Amino acid sequence: MDIEFTDKIESYTEGFKQLKENKFRDNPEWLRQLRECASREFSTLGFPTLRDEDWRFTNLAPIARNKFHIVDAGEEKLDRKKIDELSIPNIEAVKLVFINGHYSAEFSDNEKLPDEVIVSSLRDALKQNENTVSEYLGKFALYEKQSFIALNTTLFEDGLFIYVPKSVLVDKPIYALFISTEEDVQSIVNQRNLVIAADNSELKVIEHYVSTSHNVHFSNVVTEAYAGENCNLEHYMLEFESRKAFNISTLRVEQKRNSNIKSHSVLLGGSLVRNNVHPVLGGEGSHSLINGLYMSTDRQHMDNFMRVEHASPHCDSRQFYNGVLDKKSKGVFHGRIVVHENAAKTDAKQTNKNLLLTDTAQIDTKPQLEIYNEDVKCTHGATIGQMDDDAVFYLRSRGIPKRDAETIMLRAFTGQSIANMGLEPVRSYLEAKVDEWFIGRKN
Amino acid sequence: MLEIRNLHVKIEDKEILKGLNLTINEGEIHSIMGPNGSGKSTLAQVLAGRDTYEVTEGEVVFKGKDLLDMAPEDRACEGVFMAFQYPVEIPGVANNYLLREALNAKREYNGLEPLKHIDFTKLAKEKMKNLDMDESMLRRAVNQGFSGGEKKRNEIFQMQILDPSLAILDETDSGLDIDALKVVAKGVIDMKSPERSFLIITHYQRLLNYIVPDFVHVLVDGKIAKSGGKELALELEEKGYGWVEEAVNA
Repeated sequence: MDIEFTDKIESYTEGFKQLKENKFRDNPEWLRQLRECASREFSTLGFPTLRDEDWRFTNLAPIARNKFHIVDAGEEKLDRKKIDELSIPNIEAVKLVFINGHYSAEFSDNEKLPDEVIVSSLRDALKQNENTVSEYLGKFALYEKQSFIALNTTLFEDGLFIYVPKSVLVDKPIYALFISTEEDVQSIVNQRNLVIAADNSELKVIEHYVSTSHNVHFSNVVTEAYAGENCNLEHYMLEFESRKAFNISTLRVEQKRNSNIKSHSVLLGGSLVRNNVHPVLGGEGSHSLINGLYMSTDRQHMDNFMRVEHASPHCDSRQFYNGVLDKKSKGVFHGRIVVHENAAKTDAKQTNKNLLLTDTAQIDTKPQLEIYNEDVKCTHGATIGQMDDDAVFYLRSRGIPKRDAETIMLRAFTGQSIANMGLEPVRSYLEAKVDEWFIGRKN
Repeated sequence: MLEIRNLHVKIEDKEILKGLNLTINEGEIHSIMGPNGSGKSTLAQVLAGRDTYEVTEGEVVFKGKDLLDMAPEDRACEGVFMAFQYPVEIPGVANNYLLREALNAKREYNGLEPLKHIDFTKLAKEKMKNLDMDESMLRRAVNQGFSGGEKKRNEIFQMQILDPSLAILDETDSGLDIDALKVVAKGVIDMKSPERSFLIITHYQRLLNYIVPDFVHVLVDGKIAKSGGKELALELEEKGYGWVEEAVNA
């Protein structure tokens, strides 16, 4: 299958028509309906522009002016050794590998989990667990007014599916590795992930995006996560794609009473990256930790768009985002906190810290509070600074060479974000990647 | 050990040191006193290698080498140590991490193997005990949330670990209560040796009750205006700096 899209919205419509006639032919009726509606919405909306308030710092022209193809898996281009190289080392996990958006049974280590826990590809889930999928899919990540969710809903083929029944604690993290390999044409993948953690359950999920491709590719990701009552869910989004990748991802989390979620985003790869994180604290006493680290260099553009929605009383949310920006790169942190009318005793805190390593790097940081209840505590703070010269001198005066001193300072800064993460193998992997980034800095 | 000849230093366009001369031999303790703004801290910072100051004239020779030509880290590895007047807080960097990195950088510079983790911990604990410091300080971030006294004590602790041949103490006594002052003084006295020299910069005579200097110099307007023995410190304490300044201006 090889379908071409250009910036002309009509060509998307034409491409969708072709997909409907073959790949989506077996889709259940409700999904066909959903795709139709989403497709109409996308045709109306097109891509957002700088005039759109939520996109004013991110120019999407590089995506909109490209042609993309939907491509097949191409497992033959990979082997186990290559997969291991791309993976987080030393992690004991249930691992699912997706190549150009398609689940690869050959490279996955998807052992059977006990207690009716389901971990599969979304395609398989549509066949084997259609009722569950239909109950949740598209219910939280709404396509209305959201171009990229609409596009994803129209065109998605596969993704990660997890269902954890009530009161089941899943010890091992579920690790999904998404690899883009296509070299011959510019490719697009609409990855759709659905994570359902029922009441009192516990789950850790890692989404890891990498590429072997040297060609331009576009990952348009939507993840819907449902955190049932009193459930603990930890989610990782690791963007490590090539410098030719576009990555637009949306994590939409629905939280029930007393649920506890942790969202970690780490952006190191990609040329144009937009990271949307949107938890809705929809039940009393729920907690959200929204943690992130972005490190950009050369001409990378990394946009973090947070929408933390307090829709119930007695909930608290903590946002911690740290950014390191080098060379001519650009970062955005847009942190919106919405407190609904009924959400009394909301306690929301937001911190965004940025370290600019050059005069040419740029950051736009924008807190935004929308508060419709008077009995709330909301704070936000943003800092933009350079490397602390006094601290670097202090370290050097103790005998530590300049470059090591700078690395120590950067490691301390990035370490604040990494320390919030629960999985040790992920922390070690990130520490190593961050060190590599520092070493590569001067070259 | 250290020879400073006709040192002129400016910051931005203001000249701070205006032809300073000072010679420190092995095993000697020198004290530099002087009114605020006379250039005491500038001297310490310049010797440690702070690049916000510009040396416009003069030279500094340390153990036969041109000190001003060296990077701050190389000066440290050659044996210069400065205890900061205002130790810097470094969130996210543990005290023991900084110290081990520093010590091993110095060992590497001098062609030695890095110290084993266990040996370092042993050394650190022994020194901390002498300075009446809690071991938990090792795991805390460098100077973060430390009280004034704790910060100064931490500087002395670092000095003991790094074992310099020239230790410069920049107003380490300022703001300390008498108990903390005694601990700092003891930390210095314990390190006295015929091979090691000290340059103690202070505004007050009090510290010199505990650390008896061989020489006392008065710095006025960027130059050494008067030098003497330990009795000069007492005279300054009694009469203030006015009479020295007047003599300079006369």
